[in-house]
Amino acid sequence: MTGRIHSFESFGTVDGPGIRYVVFLQGCPLRCKYCHNPDTWTSGGKEYTAEQVVTQALRYRNYFGEKGGVTVTGGEPLLQIDFVIELFALLKAKGMHTCVDTSGITFRADDEKTVAKFEKLLEVTDLFLLDIKHIELDGHKELTGLGNENVLAFAKFLSDHGKATWIRHVLVPDITDNDELLYKLKAFIDTLQSVEKVEVLPYHTLGVVKYEKLGYEYPLKDVVAPTKDRVLNAKRILGVIKDE
Amino acid sequence: MMQYKGWEGFVPGKWCNDEVDVRDFIQRNYAPYEGDGKFLAPATEATKKLWDIVCDLSKKEREAGGVLDADTKIVSTLTSHGAGYLDKDLEKIVGVQTDVPFKRSLQPFGGIRISESALQIYGYQLDESVKEIFTKYRKTHNEGVFDAYTPEMRSARSAHILTGLPDGYGRGRIVGDYRRVALYGVDYLIRKKEEDKLVMGGTMTPDKVRDREEISEQIKALKALKEMAATYGCDISQPATTAQEAIQALYFGYLGAVKDQNGAAMSIGRNSTFLDIYIERDLAKGLITEEQAQEFIDHFVMKLRIVKFMRTKEYNELFSGDPTWVTEVIGGMGVDGRTLVTKTSFRILHTLDNLGPAPEPNLTVLWSKRLPLAFKRYCAEISIRTSSIQYESDDLMRPEMGDDYCIACCVSCMRVGKDMQFFGARANLAKCLLYAINGGKDEQMKDKKTGKPMQVSPEFMPILGDGPLDFKEVTAKFENMMTWLAELYVNTLNVIHYMHDKYCYESLEMALHDTKVRRFFATGIAGLSCAADSLSAIKYAKVYPIRDEDGIVVDFRIEGEFPKYGNNDDRADELAVWLLKTFMKKVKSHYTYRESVPTTSILTITSNVVYGKKTGNTPDGRRAGTPLAPGANPMHGRDSNGALASLESVAKLPYEYSRDGISNTFSIMPASLGKDD
Repeated sequence: MTGRIHSFESFGTVDGPGIRYVVFLQGCPLRCKYCHNPDTWTSGGKEYTAEQVVTQALRYRNYFGEKGGVTVTGGEPLLQIDFVIELFALLKAKGMHTCVDTSGITFRADDEKTVAKFEKLLEVTDLFLLDIKHIELDGHKELTGLGNENVLAFAKFLSDHGKATWIRHVLVPDITDNDELLYKLKAFIDTLQSVEKVEVLPYHTLGVVKYEKLGYEYPLKDVVAPTKDRVLNAKRILGVIKDE
Repeated sequence: MMQYKGWEGFVPGKWCNDEVDVRDFIQRNYAPYEGDGKFLAPATEATKKLWDIVCDLSKKEREAGGVLDADTKIVSTLTSHGAGYLDKDLEKIVGVQTDVPFKRSLQPFGGIRISESALQIYGYQLDESVKEIFTKYRKTHNEGVFDAYTPEMRSARSAHILTGLPDGYGRGRIVGDYRRVALYGVDYLIRKKEEDKLVMGGTMTPDKVRDREEISEQIKALKALKEMAATYGCDISQPATTAQEAIQALYFGYLGAVKDQNGAAMSIGRNSTFLDIYIERDLAKGLITEEQAQEFIDHFVMKLRIVKFMRTKEYNELFSGDPTWVTEVIGGMGVDGRTLVTKTSFRILHTLDNLGPAPEPNLTVLWSKRLPLAFKRYCAEISIRTSSIQYESDDLMRPEMGDDYCIACCVSCMRVGKDMQFFGARANLAKCLLYAINGGKDEQMKDKKTGKPMQVSPEFMPILGDGPLDFKEVTAKFENMMTWLAELYVNTLNVIHYMHDKYCYESLEMALHDTKVRRFFATGIAGLSCAADSLSAIKYAKVYPIRDEDGIVVDFRIEGEFPKYGNNDDRADELAVWLLKTFMKKVKSHYTYRESVPTTSILTITSNVVYGKKTGNTPDGRRAGTPLAPGANPMHGRDSNGALASLESVAKLPYEYSRDGISNTFSIMPASLGKDD
């Protein structure tokens, strides 16, 4: 089958461990206000078969070392979960490390079919990067357009299956950079059993030019990147760095 | 018992058996070091004081507009000036190019006009008598070249399809084996050259006469080198007996070279592991401490940092600054599997901490997968802190060059003391493609008499009609045009190097080479990625020519998409490979001066900007006058699949067709290299 792909990055160093071939899938149900890839929102993209992507990714095998591999991100890659399962099955057959960077929004704990599919995905995925965008339901809805029930359920699902997970959290001044929210998030993360790492991603404005190009209004016009101190503060609260 | 005091304690071998063989000496005596940099010593008080003097002079030089002082009267030779010092009492390694540091010397043998205009730009007036001597009585390299150039060579030069030719300045790129001065002492080297000269008998063909004349010049240069050292109170006639003497003697060899030649690149070779043997011997004997060893190296490097030449503003524009390319290669692996990293490999990199970051000397680590991990880590640390290390692949070069090669300029490799090269600037292939389309008429330059487009090549049949351009037709014409260009290019260089040997011979540098030397005939390519993308556009999209009133194609209209070099897409990348192979095969088919081995390079690091100015609109959509990509880089902004895809495209270029080097300029933000330490 084919997947709709926005673009590739042959030298990914920030989405999972080591040097990674990063596949950006097209399409996303969320409309996060700070999104730096608004060009991946809509449907479209270029169609590639899973085999084609594998062939491309394998060309960089020499660079992957012991830790590196392939990451799918987006957009929301799990909108195309069947494609991801097929792609990862092929990559696993070649001994590649596989990683999904997801918002978890497409997970449905109450839908058997969906759960079965996600269980299949887990079999061929080594690591999940789960981006919890906002810990509160309303806050999540306000920030992304949808609530976070599925996200939190998916986190629990990963935990129950003992699947290696990195939690990511974008720190946005006035929206998520709030001690109370951060402590709440920390409390939630502490309920999870298989979290290997927590990453605080400071909000940046590098995506703004894309909005201009696409003719979209940028929702966070007046928001600036968080200060170093605030980033440190968030890292402390979330246990990324331990107090001396 | 060793023949010389300076050799005591060394493991003997072929090197001391009436031979000159520095590599053999290194192999038998060096101590590979696999540890870390914890042993390194900080800058001494003397080093700090001296460096303050240098910084102060640099500041004054900047304030003075780029040149602090310049000689207008004394023509620089090895013995033209007395001794000069930063602070005589503090300097452990001495010697500057004139009698005062930062005073630029007068080196007119490459061309008196360049010397004169370089002086004028900075407000100095060339002495009348010197001007008279070098116009009336003593011919320069520049004058010789223009006496022999054909009209076609002149117009290719002014149209900039051949660019950066070393016809008005020193060609550089020759690296003497300065280690020989330390290991053998000058008297021994003179004796060996005299022996070589004795056997140059037989029929006195012009070649034989030239060989005899050149070796005599070499011997004179060695004698002058001794004299030069004597002005500093140093006797370098015998092998060096201590580390300090060895560094000093080696540096005198290099200093002699820069007093003799204002070359476009004056690289210094591969010295740190050689010097390590002397330092370790002194340390073992308890003669010096680590602090002193570091101080010697710091003072040596400080001297390399203040090498300066008098150059014109155009020259500086071409090279984006005033580079001297004092390239010193460090590390690498031996062919026997031992690493060539020694403690002095660390010591020389440590100068970047002790003296702070600097572009010169161009410290170049020969990288191998098998380098000791601790050394790799140390290099990475220094790179992160100073951004001042160049890396090159030892694994790529070693199989061809062995384990005692150095780098001239930025990427040209040569075995130290055994190879030399005739530096050859670049042919602009992007412009050559436009010539193929326009039948050899320049797209920008007009004939001064007729006002019509300048016919630079013989009249070829241009592409006719309104398009779209046909890939087969264009490549056939392009190949023909490359045939013409390659022949003209090689012949132009034949003229240049004949004249440089005749009027501006590098007698000292060549004295520090084997008499039977391998010569490389270096050519170069500019505009590779632009030409490759242009061919790709013609092949995969529709490209329509746009003509001016003279019928010259001056622009292109592109319909549709086309693959671009730099995305690891074979469709575009194979066009770049085809270009390189085709051009190089044509270069190889011609006679090259002094039986030199033809090589080519793709390494315009800064001059791509200037070359782009002289190149019209190209079929890939690049606008006239905008820069070509540096070296073998993809065109700016066209690599859209990330760094590795871009690097993989470059890596497809076959090194055996580009032995003189392939460069890829690659900048990256530290944060995009990952989040962890």
